[in-house]
Amino acid sequence: MAVEAISTFNTPPQPRRHRVLEDERWLAFLLLVPTVVLLGLFIAYPFVRGILLSVTNSRVGVAGDFVGFANYYKIWNDSIFRTAVYNTFLYTAVTTVFKLGLGLWLALLLNRNFRGKAFTRAFVLLPFIIPTVLSTFAWRWMFDPTFSVINWTLYHLGLITGRINWLGDPDLAMISIIVVNIWRGVPFFAISLLAGLQTISPELNEAAAIDGAKPWQRFWHITWPLLLPVTMVVVLFSVIQTLADFQIVYVMTGGGPANATHLFATYAYQIGVGTGLLSEGAAISLAMFPVLLLIVVIQLLYIRRVETR
Amino acid sequence: MIEGAKWRKWVYFYIPMAFFLFFLLFPFYWMIITSFRPDGELYRPWNSVNYNPFWTTKPTLEHVRYLFEETLFSAWLWNTTFIALVSTAISLVCGVFAGYALSRLNFPFAGGLGTGIFITYLVPQTLLFIPLAEIIRNYNLGDTSWSLILTYPTFLIPFCTWLMMGYFKAVPKELEECARIDGASRWQAMLYIIIPVAIPGILSAGIFAFTLSWNEFIYALVFLSSPAQKTVPVGVTSELIRGDVFFWGPLMAGALLGSIPVAIAYSFFVEHYVSGLTGSVKG
Repeated sequence: MAVEAISTFNTPPQPRRHRVLEDERWLAFLLLVPTVVLLGLFIAYPFVRGILLSVTNSRVGVAGDFVGFANYYKIWNDSIFRTAVYNTFLYTAVTTVFKLGLGLWLALLLNRNFRGKAFTRAFVLLPFIIPTVLSTFAWRWMFDPTFSVINWTLYHLGLITGRINWLGDPDLAMISIIVVNIWRGVPFFAISLLAGLQTISPELNEAAAIDGAKPWQRFWHITWPLLLPVTMVVVLFSVIQTLADFQIVYVMTGGGPANATHLFATYAYQIGVGTGLLSEGAAISLAMFPVLLLIVVIQLLYIRRVETR
Repeated sequence: MIEGAKWRKWVYFYIPMAFFLFFLLFPFYWMIITSFRPDGELYRPWNSVNYNPFWTTKPTLEHVRYLFEETLFSAWLWNTTFIALVSTAISLVCGVFAGYALSRLNFPFAGGLGTGIFITYLVPQTLLFIPLAEIIRNYNLGDTSWSLILTYPTFLIPFCTWLMMGYFKAVPKELEECARIDGASRWQAMLYIIIPVAIPGILSAGIFAFTLSWNEFIYALVFLSSPAQKTVPVGVTSELIRGDVFFWGPLMAGALLGSIPVAIAYSFFVEHYVSGLTGSVKG
């Protein structure tokens, strides 16, 4: 392929345009322009705009005046915002533990040789690739207070006598959205960790087995340490996505009942888009930023450490 | 695979595996069965007698018909496909170019720019949607497909760049040098030597980007307002729920049909998708 292509190069006199492309710096500059323009226009600029917006009292259609940190002060004293912060951290912590545990377990199962392995792996990823909003509707339907198939099953197994109002009770609603998030996240963990497992040479485990190490010891002293770099990166990625989650809560509860299940993003949406208080909404979603920044810094430091090792 | 008695194989492998498959796939089964079940069967309370929720004896296409005849579902499908394809194409071109420049060219600030692009990869859409909605309105892009075609690359380009850098780094320098000695310009060497070698990477990035943009929700929810402009996830959410009434049959049929294009694209490129997924994490 390469040989065929080379034979077509015979370009004796180079026009000026080509000389520019011959210069490494110019070529790099030209290749990077579209990316930098798009990211600058739709990430860096909105970020600055968001900060400026959050220190005004602007609403939909009203430009607003500078009000300093009034919006931040207001949300700090807002009990719904505080609940949303608490929910976000609870949601992230609980789902991450389960996603990691179940994902690792599934990865270890998929790392074995069995018939239909490729097929199983493809099916396992489905919750991750199917549009989240659409699959979350299936969950909402399963948790429906009157027609819940889960209640039907529990009732017929004799475990409950009355109905469980999954999305009507604050604690049960929180549990429900946590279950959906775990369901959606486990495949991502499993497939990423499986890729990590496949880079570990089986000889290491075999040698340890010959030396008399039990399966649990082999996992703890060989597999887990070697898998740690991949695990770290996957966890940090997932934490960012979970902290900023919107779709699952929006579809399952819309933040209800009585604003009990809001996360940063759903509350920012309700205030900023629902009620039209743009500046306050911007302040709520920017309140996420310090936490995200911390995680990004950890991730960058970690990647640098791994690369320089 | 597992040493020892047969029961160990059941306890340590088959039963957990069955549990995972059931947990991960049951919602899709539920989606499918609801799509083809008549309304009369759908709305039976959970404790009514002689009711089997897991099967239907009277399958119907009524909900699918409703979707295509009474709603703008076909327009939503077309919008979503168009937006996903164009934003994927833009992101691939940008990502391949940027990935090539960052991994194979020497220029000032290369490291800083690489880190900058990596950081934008970690910016979630929910951080910026409010100021972005204002900017979109100011550019007069509100309620058009272009508002999404231009903003989706912000989360697609960083990961395409990241993935392509990995592929380009793996191509030996000698390959490019040989071409240059034979008289190829830098541009030609990139276009005819390096990029063809990285085709698997481009496919991975492309299929991953396509599913991500098909999946996107909050930008589409905030930027689009007229029913004919909507994407599948937003259209299904806003047009099939009236107040507190959920039209579960059409909703599930819409969810099913809205998932099929991604599922088909995915099934053709499972291996590429998986390497895109794992590559995007490991870099």
